[in-house]
Amino acid sequence: MPTTIETVAGSANTMVLNMGPQHPSTHGVLRVVLELDGEIVLKARPVIGYLHTGIEKNMEAKTYSQAITMTDRIDYLAPLSNNLCYCLAVEKILGIEIPKRAQYIRVLLTEMTRIASHLVWLGTHAIDLGAMSVFLYTFREREEIMKIFEHVSGQRMMTSYFRIGGIALEPPPNWLDHIRRVIDSLPAHIDEYEGLLTNNRIWLGRTKGVGIISAEDAIAMGASGPMLRGSGVPYDIRKAFPYSSYEEFDFDIQTQTAGDCFARYQVRVAEIRESIKIVRQAMEKVPAEGPIKATAPGIIAPSREEMKSSIEGLIYHFKIYTEGFAPPPGEVYQAIESPRGELGFFVASDGSAHPYRVKVRAPSFINLQTLPRLCEGRLIADVVACIGTTDIVLGEVDR
Amino acid sequence: MESKDADKTLVVHQLKAWDAQAVTEVIEFRGETTVVVPREHLMRAAAYLASEPSLHFSFLSDITTVDRFPLEPRFEVNYHLLSLDRNERLRLKVRLGGSDPSVHSVTEIWPTANWHERENYDLMGIRFEGHPELSRILMPDDWEGHPQRKDYPVEGFR
Repeated sequence: MPTTIETVAGSANTMVLNMGPQHPSTHGVLRVVLELDGEIVLKARPVIGYLHTGIEKNMEAKTYSQAITMTDRIDYLAPLSNNLCYCLAVEKILGIEIPKRAQYIRVLLTEMTRIASHLVWLGTHAIDLGAMSVFLYTFREREEIMKIFEHVSGQRMMTSYFRIGGIALEPPPNWLDHIRRVIDSLPAHIDEYEGLLTNNRIWLGRTKGVGIISAEDAIAMGASGPMLRGSGVPYDIRKAFPYSSYEEFDFDIQTQTAGDCFARYQVRVAEIRESIKIVRQAMEKVPAEGPIKATAPGIIAPSREEMKSSIEGLIYHFKIYTEGFAPPPGEVYQAIESPRGELGFFVASDGSAHPYRVKVRAPSFINLQTLPRLCEGRLIADVVACIGTTDIVLGEVDR
Repeated sequence: MESKDADKTLVVHQLKAWDAQAVTEVIEFRGETTVVVPREHLMRAAAYLASEPSLHFSFLSDITTVDRFPLEPRFEVNYHLLSLDRNERLRLKVRLGGSDPSVHSVTEIWPTANWHERENYDLMGIRFEGHPELSRILMPDDWEGHPQRKDYPVEGFR
């Protein structure tokens, strides 16, 4: 978190402006130090760390299952994506396979998370650029999705619904009807947003040709997710390294070639529509009944009935909730396509009940690194548009 | 599945055929390949993996350090590479002693390494030589110590 900026050599006529950390369009506590020549940005330097809470360090002091609650708080706009990635990483170390029903439920809910996250992005990005009504509409729909999460898991945001080996609870009755109601209403709402923005001259003026990054630069800077696909690289981890049965779903990778803010807007809106397709398929696939947890004695807690009726069940229940479980020593890296890009969890086990090291490959953190490249040489008003389309969540940037 | 395994060993074979000195150990775990590279060979091996057309690991996903305190060599720096056109991942591992935890920066090969290396410097105290600007990124400038190290208590020093 350095506090100074080196100014461009020999520039006596420039001004250094401090944007943030308390600034409404920095989406949290991002600070950007700008060196300006009039209204032109000569140099931009993101300063981060204001929200650093040592999540990775904290996870080392918890058992594998306890650490799930920390993952919700990394990217608080897509908590289920974080739950999923961490659980997949630990399941990979353990070498356990989880039942198909749980996999489909995971896919269904993570895609709902993607829709909710993209809706928040669209609303906040639009309000940053002066289109206030879109913000009100997207948050209206997002709230409906939050109600689904509350209905299914009991929590709106910090769900911790995915657990190692499956999911926490049997979904409540009628949950699919609830989701169907919301999903059926969404396409019309997306048409509404696009009607307000896609051909809007002010919107086009603020986003077209702004914040351009080429495919080569995006790859070199490690950008992922819509940042990469907006520059024409058709890379999606759901297709490249399918996890949680994504290979059984039919959807397309959305790309645009312009690499500007408008291209990233188009990619994200198209992704909402693709996610709706996936959710519909998942609703068809998910069986009405069946196991939601893997069978792995000593790792996955036994059912309530088993705990009450068998001595092994009682012993395992007690051991798992007091000591946790110990995976074999080893290291894995598991990546998923979060709404923001490649979310990776590196988990190292030393054979004890606590993760020896957990490292989060946070897509926001890496995507934010491209910010100077996006906005240098452009107007100060474009900085707001560029921060918006990188779609950062500061909780994930700083961890 | 089998063809993928064969492909993975192919990378290792290719790397060994290029320079056997550059590979000290190969670890296979849960379908992931880790190649341990001596510190002095890291830059050459990384440049080869990134530029060789048949490998083309053009994307650096992540750099992670694991602190094995009190064991020696204490630090393990892991580079997670990704080949976008071949959908393949590879982990490079460099082991560093506790007295001199320094390794050459890979920012010349993958510019994205800039912030990754700053984070590893900040939280683990690894020095990346040749880095354009090795400063703290998450902790305040005047912070003492490297919080992610194993000899740094979770609740901090009081």
